[in-house]
Amino acid sequence: MNVAEALPIALLGALLGLDVVSFPQAMVSRPIVAATLAGAFIGHAPAGLLIGVVLELIALDTLPFGASRYPEWGSAGVVGGALFAAQPAGMPGALPASMLAALLTASISGWSMVMLRRIIATRLESTRDLIEAGSRDALLGLHLSGMTMDLLRGALVTTLGMVVFSPLVHAIVVIWGSDSAPSRAVVVVIAAVVAGGALWKVFHSVRGVLWLFLGGLAVSTLWLAVR
Amino acid sequence: MYFRLLALQGSWNYETLNGTGIGFAIEPALRYLPGGIDGPAYRAALARESRYFNAHPYLAGVAVGALTRAELDGVDPARIERFRTALAGPLGSVGDRLVWASWLPFCSLVALCVYGAGGTPLGVVGTFLVLYNVGHFLLRAWGLRIGLSRGLNVASALGAPFLRQGPQYIGSAAAVAAGLALPMALQRVVGPGRVLAGAIIVSALLGILLLARLRERAQGWRIALGVLAVFVLYSVLT
Repeated sequence: MNVAEALPIALLGALLGLDVVSFPQAMVSRPIVAATLAGAFIGHAPAGLLIGVVLELIALDTLPFGASRYPEWGSAGVVGGALFAAQPAGMPGALPASMLAALLTASISGWSMVMLRRIIATRLESTRDLIEAGSRDALLGLHLSGMTMDLLRGALVTTLGMVVFSPLVHAIVVIWGSDSAPSRAVVVVIAAVVAGGALWKVFHSVRGVLWLFLGGLAVSTLWLAVR
Repeated sequence: MYFRLLALQGSWNYETLNGTGIGFAIEPALRYLPGGIDGPAYRAALARESRYFNAHPYLAGVAVGALTRAELDGVDPARIERFRTALAGPLGSVGDRLVWASWLPFCSLVALCVYGAGGTPLGVVGTFLVLYNVGHFLLRAWGLRIGLSRGLNVASALGAPFLRQGPQYIGSAAAVAAGLALPMALQRVVGPGRVLAGAIIVSALLGILLLARLRERAQGWRIALGVLAVFVLYSVLT
């Protein structure tokens, strides 16, 4: 991947990385959106959507509660979507390899968010006297620099993810030995198990949750059977 | 102020959490204090509002609105400080329960349903973004409006039915949506083949039962990362 190809993807990763926490938290950074947009940038939106759906299932496990540490899905979704959409259709290793790249990017990007928050705290410490004196410039400077650094963080993580994982995913796809269907099935089972466990964790206290889930499951199974 | 609320967490940090964001959002209103931008009232209020605060970002508008009203009405600073301390906890927990633990997963599941039913990329992404953000932007607007109108008496607004019972209703709808979405979405990802789809659904249900028993002890995404890494390694080396 050359610079001209990487630049729009890096820009997308920057904007979606910013959406995760800083601005405007409209959840454009959710993997189902981010990966689809990245796929569209590469010229294959359906492929981006496919990996976005699988990543979204896993992302249900990591809801962005306050000060907790969580993987950052905006940049990760872009990396996963772009990598998967760039592989030739029907290659068995493309989905697992791109998923792995996306999950690793999400982990690294989550760590970068922690670092950014520490840097902002350090900057706050150096301007604390001014802010305590009610300096508008110091407050706006701190805030806008925080957002700018977050934008750069997203761009950097996305670029790094693409540069490192693009050749790696390509190599894995070339030497992959399994059939396409079982490869996808393994990935899908992993994602479904994580999603199911996450949803149970969140909704287990809802009255009648199991029956409601089984009701939905019965309808969808019937629909799949008669289709 | 509403636009600034969207950037409330731009300087989120481990010292003041979103305190400086509250100061950033409230700053345009403080210009109306006596003496304007260079006056002591403005500077004192800006310093006060930029200290430690924690709230769910979508409900922070409640605090921003109420604090704006209090500052412009010239309420005693000590009372404002006490109000900030008292409001921070509830705005965090109510918002987390309503948005992160209910509305967001529900909207994700609806989008997965649309995907499973054969939706196009635009249809799936559009459904998710429109549905989610209708709730998101309305909640932010409601918070700011209620805060501005009630001032320091805003606490009773946190007992609004949609805040108290919303998570329960959304949770019920999400459970149905999960039952609908999971098999349909999984089937579309894997492609045609009923035996394979059936095997996946059964394997997934068994895995979910296992993971559900572990509850808080297991971080699902980390398990996924580990299992996937082993699977990729195995497939490449054999």
